Amino acid sequence: MSARVLLGDEAVALGALHAGITSAYAYPGTPSTEILEYILQRGGADAYGGDAPVAAWTANEKTAFEQALGVSMAGRRALVAMKHVGLNVAADPFVNSALLAISGGLVLAVADDPGMHSSQNEQDSRLLADFARVICLEPRNQQEAYEMTREAFELSERFGTPVMVRLVTRLAHSRAVVRAGEPEAQRPIAHPEDSRDWILLPANARRRWRTLLERQPAFHAFTGTTPHNELQIAPGPLGVITAGIARNYLRENVADLAEAPSHLHVGAYPIPAALVRRLVERLETVLILEDGYPYVERAVRGLIPPRVAVIGRESGHLPPDGELTPDTVREALGLPLRCSGPIAPINVPDRPPQLCAGCPHTDSFHALERALAGLPRGIVTSDIGCYTLAALPPLSAIDSCVCMGASIGMAKGASDAGVRPAVAVIGDSTFLHSGVTPLMDAVAADTDMTVIILDNEVVGMTGAQPTLLPSSRLPALLLGLGVNPDHCVVLDAHPRRTTENAARVRREIEHRGLSVVVAARVCVEAARSRKRMHKETVGTS
Amino acid sequence: MTYDIVLAGVGGQGVLSLSGIIAAAALEEGLFVKQSEVHGMAQRGGAVTAHLRLADAPIESDLVPVGRAAMILSLEPLESLRYLEMLAPDGAVVTAAAPLANVKDYPPIEELLTAIRTLPRAILVDAAGLAQAAGLAQATNMVMAGAAAPLLPIRVGTIERSVRARFGRKGAEVVERNLAAFRAGQEVARCTAKQ
Ligand code: SF4
Repeated sequence: MSARVLLGDEAVALGALHAGITSAYAYPGTPSTEILEYILQRGGADAYGGDAPVAAWTANEKTAFEQALGVSMAGRRALVAMKHVGLNVAADPFVNSALLAISGGLVLAVADDPGMHSSQNEQDSRLLADFARVICLEPRNQQEAYEMTREAFELSERFGTPVMVRLVTRLAHSRAVVRAGEPEAQRPIAHPEDSRDWILLPANARRRWRTLLERQPAFHAFTGTTPHNELQIAPGPLGVITAGIARNYLRENVADLAEAPSHLHVGAYPIPAALVRRLVERLETVLILEDGYPYVERAVRGLIPPRVAVIGRESGHLPPDGELTPDTVREALGLPLRCSGPIAPINVPDRPPQLCAGCPHTDSFHALERALAGLPRGIVTSDIGCYTLAALPPLSAIDSCVCMGASIGMAKGASDAGVRPAVAVIGDSTFLHSGVTPLMDAVAADTDMTVIILDNEVVGMTGAQPTLLPSSRLPALLLGLGVNPDHCVVLDAHPRRTTENAARVRREIEHRGLSVVVAARVCVEAARSRKRMHKETVGTS
Repeated sequence: MTYDIVLAGVGGQGVLSLSGIIAAAALEEGLFVKQSEVHGMAQRGGAVTAHLRLADAPIESDLVPVGRAAMILSLEPLESLRYLEMLAPDGAVVTAAAPLANVKDYPPIEELLTAIRTLPRAILVDAAGLAQAAGLAQATNMVMAGAAAPLLPIRVGTIERSVRARFGRKGAEVVERNLAAFRAGQEVARCTAKQ
């Protein structure tokens, strides 16, 4: 047993390394990024026998999941990590993978972001595990993040299905001591016994779907007996069900209650129905504490007699949105709130995040602003990345941000609807993630629109991970897609070129067809850390 | 014993490394530690906060409850006021004095410092000046670690070791300057506490 201080994300990574994974794949996304980063940094040091797994950033979450599937098909263990909205992108392979005869353990670690610290929504991945009809484990602390990830690989192999490990931001990004066990070796290659179990032709798929349905009682038997789902009956009329880290907020407050409530903790799904029924046998009220959607709350309403009041986020006893806190839970338990500290003796203005000083995006947006000056009101769709901050003053330069790659399809739609100018602004890594396919649509129709690819050579917002395609190869990709070479332009996004860049962007906006402008200059943060790393390597050699 | 700290600052100031130094020292003394951080978007010149909980028994919540923080430790004066509701009635605000005014409606600095001085227990530290005097302008967060040190349930010597460990591989001179900054911060805190 070795003890070390780890983020929840890192605990998942270590659990996977110790489970003997052969590969790990991810697309960076807050709050999940540190999972693969840890494996990239520590793979060799922590894996059994120094046998580092393959660890790779991928084009997007779908390709990550599919690569992990290939590893599993070869009988070896694979981890795939992403943030919650990334699972929408990977939903197709994920949901279908539940029908396969998974042989090497396949674990999906997904980090939800209740409170939207760095996301566009706060969707709850537990519902997607339910949708795919697979087991989901939800750790309540860093230690469990480690242990459950290891266990998830065993479960995946035992049941022949993928298993989800669900984190939330607060656990993903909180550090505590983790006691780790001994690492296991990687599995040898083992081909599927029956290839029909991996070929989802309708006839096979129907059989595999029935197999998955027939497994559900076994999943329930597991969640009904695992120590992750723990039932404690107390004499009083109140019961509490906690899920994941909500248990910590209950325990933070429980000593102040006049009598301890009955308590069911849920750390493994499907929801353990029999335990829920036993919990409520003598209760009047059951309070549901969970981060995310009222998922357990809704399910419990359907499981128990109507005489028991079920209260939680949906009933209005807790805020319907945002993260739980020890304080919201305290209030829901009916405890008086603690005195809060002094009121600030002065107004404290918000301090939103901003583009870094010297960020190349700022110069690109200045050029775009000048290029658009004097034209009728059009649309500037944008996308996910640092440059989304251009929505805030003083730039106020974009009209939309929806999901990875949406800018290009939306600009095409706006142009189809008659809006001119129609401009899409997207980062290079977001373009590679989900912008290439909508650009094919625009090329096919030669839509009157202008796509501006902000090429900063890295995934800036999540900490300067490398993009898959070096900048120098971006124009070749665009031309290969069929973008007209006369309207495929690379500009140097330098402040001293803003005037000439603006003129060129203006010409492309005025072109009655598709133009693609690549505004290139490296992210200043990335440049700075490259310099630092260079200095360190020079210094130590 | 539970000792909760809310750390505050602006992205890029080193809130997490400050938190890390205190956390490492607490662990060395055998305390339980949880450190909750905000990553991602908030790092770009926006408000950054971390919750650091130290205790002699296992810690449940990663978040500090409202009204329970023994200390708000801030690298920027405006940020020291953002999380005041977290502070316990007898809690202390320990903050660097130099403003980082990257928002339009940033209050006039004199008004801001006066507001901080009216708080029941506030320690205002000229961290930038002291770091400069220690010969390492970037060491403002070490000055602040020093300013916090006398109030923490950790021996000052243990925190010094934590500072040494963090900068050890950068050479003796860097370590010494960081320690000088750390000690200068301690001095300010001791003098302010006596007044
Ligand atoms: S991290 Fe890079 S891309 Fe993001 S705002 Fe800073 S300089 Fe711009």
